[in-house]
Amino acid sequence: MSDLALDISLTVNGEAVHERVEPRKTLVDFLREDLSLTGSHVGCEHGVCGACTVRVNGEIVRGCLMLAVQCDGVKVETIEGLSDSGEVADLQTAFEQRNALQCGYCTPGMIAAAQDLLLQPQLRGGVPSRDKIREHLSGNYCRCTGYHAIVDAVESVAQARAGGKQ
Amino acid sequence: MKPAPFAYKKTRSLEEAVALLGEHSGKSLDARLLAGGQSLIATLNMRLSAPSLLIDINGIAGLDGIANKGGTVEIGALVRHAQAERSETIARHAPLIARAMPHIGHAAIRNRGTLGGSIAFADPAAELPACLMALDGEVDATGPKGKRTIKAGDFFKGLFETALGPQDVLTAIRVPAATAETRVGFAELARRHGDYAIIGLAASARADGKGLADVRLSFFGVGSTPVCARKAEAALSGGAIDDKRLAAAIAALDLDPHDDVQATAALKKHLAGVLLRRVAKQLLEART
Repeated sequence: MSDLALDISLTVNGEAVHERVEPRKTLVDFLREDLSLTGSHVGCEHGVCGACTVRVNGEIVRGCLMLAVQCDGVKVETIEGLSDSGEVADLQTAFEQRNALQCGYCTPGMIAAAQDLLLQPQLRGGVPSRDKIREHLSGNYCRCTGYHAIVDAVESVAQARAGGKQ
Repeated sequence: MKPAPFAYKKTRSLEEAVALLGEHSGKSLDARLLAGGQSLIATLNMRLSAPSLLIDINGIAGLDGIANKGGTVEIGALVRHAQAERSETIARHAPLIARAMPHIGHAAIRNRGTLGGSIAFADPAAELPACLMALDGEVDATGPKGKRTIKAGDFFKGLFETALGPQDVLTAIRVPAATAETRVGFAELARRHGDYAIIGLAASARADGKGLADVRLSFFGVGSTPVCARKAEAALSGGAIDDKRLAAAIAALDLDPHDDVQATAALKKHLAGVLLRRVAKQLLEART
């Protein structure tokens, strides 16, 4: 490791992490290579595809457009954390049941972006329109299934979560 | 790809950021400010830029405020797009910026990207530089000689080129607060929602009887900076906006776009007319 490296302390999926990182290492590479959390995927590496989407301090971000050194003191949640806590279990089931994935490369980012939409306070627990779902997922590329089944899956979860309110 | 190696320094003060820029500007040294990083880190990843030092300004206090100060809306350079999108002050007093906000990138990008960064980067296809021009706004910058204010019209110099010097830090943008007579319009065409526009238009005007006065039409994606269509602005000002006046304004669009990867110049010129028609309709809507 070069003399440019810096120490960082952060929380990843609820666990304290202390590591020494090169400034040039992006958050997603740090998660995958240093912490072996390979659920976050590296696609375009310039913020277009959304495969690296993770949550930092509760907000979704591009893992390829943040540096690991910038994450000192933050709280990171990856698909592993969202999955283990059960927070996105209904989305995962709906994606499977509605064939909303084939190769699965985009799926962790899609689930993180979909969950972000469903948590928006403006929704007030309601069901977003299909247009709104498409807009919110517009930053996430899928190159095999296509988006119809993904929108179906997110919409069905939104309806189920809204329960009798709709 | 992965970025070339660089050093990283998180700064807590404007003075230190300016001093660090001074120490690291020279032949073999090249320091860059890191704000939201949503353009910068992409260019690092693609090795389109390889600075020797990144100066992270995210920890500088006092640069993330939004306030209406006596008829002028001041937005700190570190205000994130998502923060501006949610801001009541911007919705009420800077409605053009509020309209533009959802078109900027995607939710994950807007959570990190900053308004100051977007203005300082000066991408010719970006929304905010065009909004700043349409509103005849200004920016504050702090450099080795202290603070100065630069009018939008003097700020955008060329392709990714601004009036900022190598040691300047953009600290805030300011636009006039909207009044009851203020009218704004915004439209853009992009292949995918949130992508850089093929072409876009940010506009402001003042309601004047049945017509509009002080019309400002700022196109983006048609040149190396935002471009104000002066002849079309004049053609749209004056009496009631009917089909004839609108057709005259479209005919008067004095734009000279170049072909790019997204569209030919001819297509862009056609789309400029399409956007002007849409935006003119918005300019006639009374404020709610």
